[in-house]
Amino acid sequence: MDGYLKEHPILEFKRGKKVKFFFENREIEGYEGLPVAAALHAAGIKVLSFSERYNRPRGFFCAVGKCSSCLMEVDGRSNVMVCMELLKPGMKVRRQKGKGQKQ
Amino acid sequence: MTNDKEQVLNFETSKLQTLDICVIGGGPAGLEAGIIARRLGAKVMIIDDNPVLGGQLIKQTHKFFGSKAHYCGVRGVDIAGILSKEIKDLGFDVLHNATVVGYYDDDIIGVLQHDKLLSVKARAYIFATGASENMLAFDNADLPGVYGAGAVQTMMNVYGVVPGKRAVVIGSGNIGLIVPYQLLQAGVEVAAIIEIMDKVGGYYVHAAKIKRAGVPIILKHTIIQAQGRDCVEAALISKVDGKYECLPGTEKTIECDMILIAIGLSPLCELLYQAGCRIDYIPELGGHVPFHNEDMMTTKKNIFVCGDLACIEEASTAMLEGKIAGAKAHEVLYGETKQGKEIAQQAKRELVVIRSSPFEQRILIGKEKLKASK
Repeated sequence: MDGYLKEHPILEFKRGKKVKFFFENREIEGYEGLPVAAALHAAGIKVLSFSERYNRPRGFFCAVGKCSSCLMEVDGRSNVMVCMELLKPGMKVRRQKGKGQKQ
Repeated sequence: MTNDKEQVLNFETSKLQTLDICVIGGGPAGLEAGIIARRLGAKVMIIDDNPVLGGQLIKQTHKFFGSKAHYCGVRGVDIAGILSKEIKDLGFDVLHNATVVGYYDDDIIGVLQHDKLLSVKARAYIFATGASENMLAFDNADLPGVYGAGAVQTMMNVYGVVPGKRAVVIGSGNIGLIVPYQLLQAGVEVAAIIEIMDKVGGYYVHAAKIKRAGVPIILKHTIIQAQGRDCVEAALISKVDGKYECLPGTEKTIECDMILIAIGLSPLCELLYQAGCRIDYIPELGGHVPFHNEDMMTTKKNIFVCGDLACIEEASTAMLEGKIAGAKAHEVLYGETKQGKEIAQQAKRELVVIRSSPFEQRILIGKEKLKASK
């Protein structure tokens, strides 16, 4: 939870409830209603998936739901854009490999 | 995906929503377009893919300059608030968290919202979809830590999360100057701004602010490699010659955990392609842009464009283009009104004034090219 800005000269951040969710089966905390990608980065997690052919680590690029660089598996669904998907308590988030598991 | 069936079902059975004017995109251009069309009396709906209106304005902590009519001295984030309030007061439909996913026959659009697909048919459309950040090809460009500058701005100013501690910024246009300043505001270190040209790309005001803060702007250099195992640990830069070729032996490593790409934007014109509007390639306007005349009308008379979709420019000009699009879309449906005509004329005059600055020559050349294109 260290990655959140605490003080800002201009902006004030209204955050939701602190909730627990799971990243690769590990329980971590985040603020409800923030995009999953923001919660992960605040927890220091930058590698979101691995590429199809060369298994290269991938992170987000655009953060506004345009580029599909941040696709992860969320609650068993593959190809979820985590920069737009909002955090809910108990969510299970996993790094996606390639196109993800078939559903 | 478990939702697939449900979506198809919703699409087949959903009732078609009909209205006068549908605005796609709730940024500065789309909001002004919607406000004007509504004020003139049209039934309007704005569709936006974010939880809050304002587009890129909501992440802009700097004060705008220019004249008072263009919110001089007001921060972008506050302009978003002013426009949103006006929309609330005027009372019209806004679909939040909704993405337009297709433009179909008979001028029907598909709108995806919370796993539900709605179909909407408007008599006129105003597209204000904005733009997406350009990527740059270099070694390891896919390494986590290589981010769009706007992406970091979103993370930092909207969600209050900074995805790194020390940044290198590639490109010194306005975004490449403003975002590092905002990083400093948030207490993040900025190692350097790298610019391939021999001069700074953005406004002098922004460059001066960043220089005063002690951030070096390294001209005639480019990035050639992102270094690191799982995430960015350093950027390898190189000097370039007059032809922008790297000069061997001039490479330098800069330690950082974020590389911000701020080399420009491309208009989001996919839906316009689908709608059958003609798309022209005008580099001065940002690449592929939908053809539009002075009234912001595309090659289809029921489709208008404004903002970054029409040309990559500033929020102030986007708002003026939005006013024109809103007034002219209303005119197409209801005929000319005195009030509508005045609003469009006034906005056009103000655009001429803003674009008369030497900084905006590029835009004028681009718009002339567009006029001549066939």
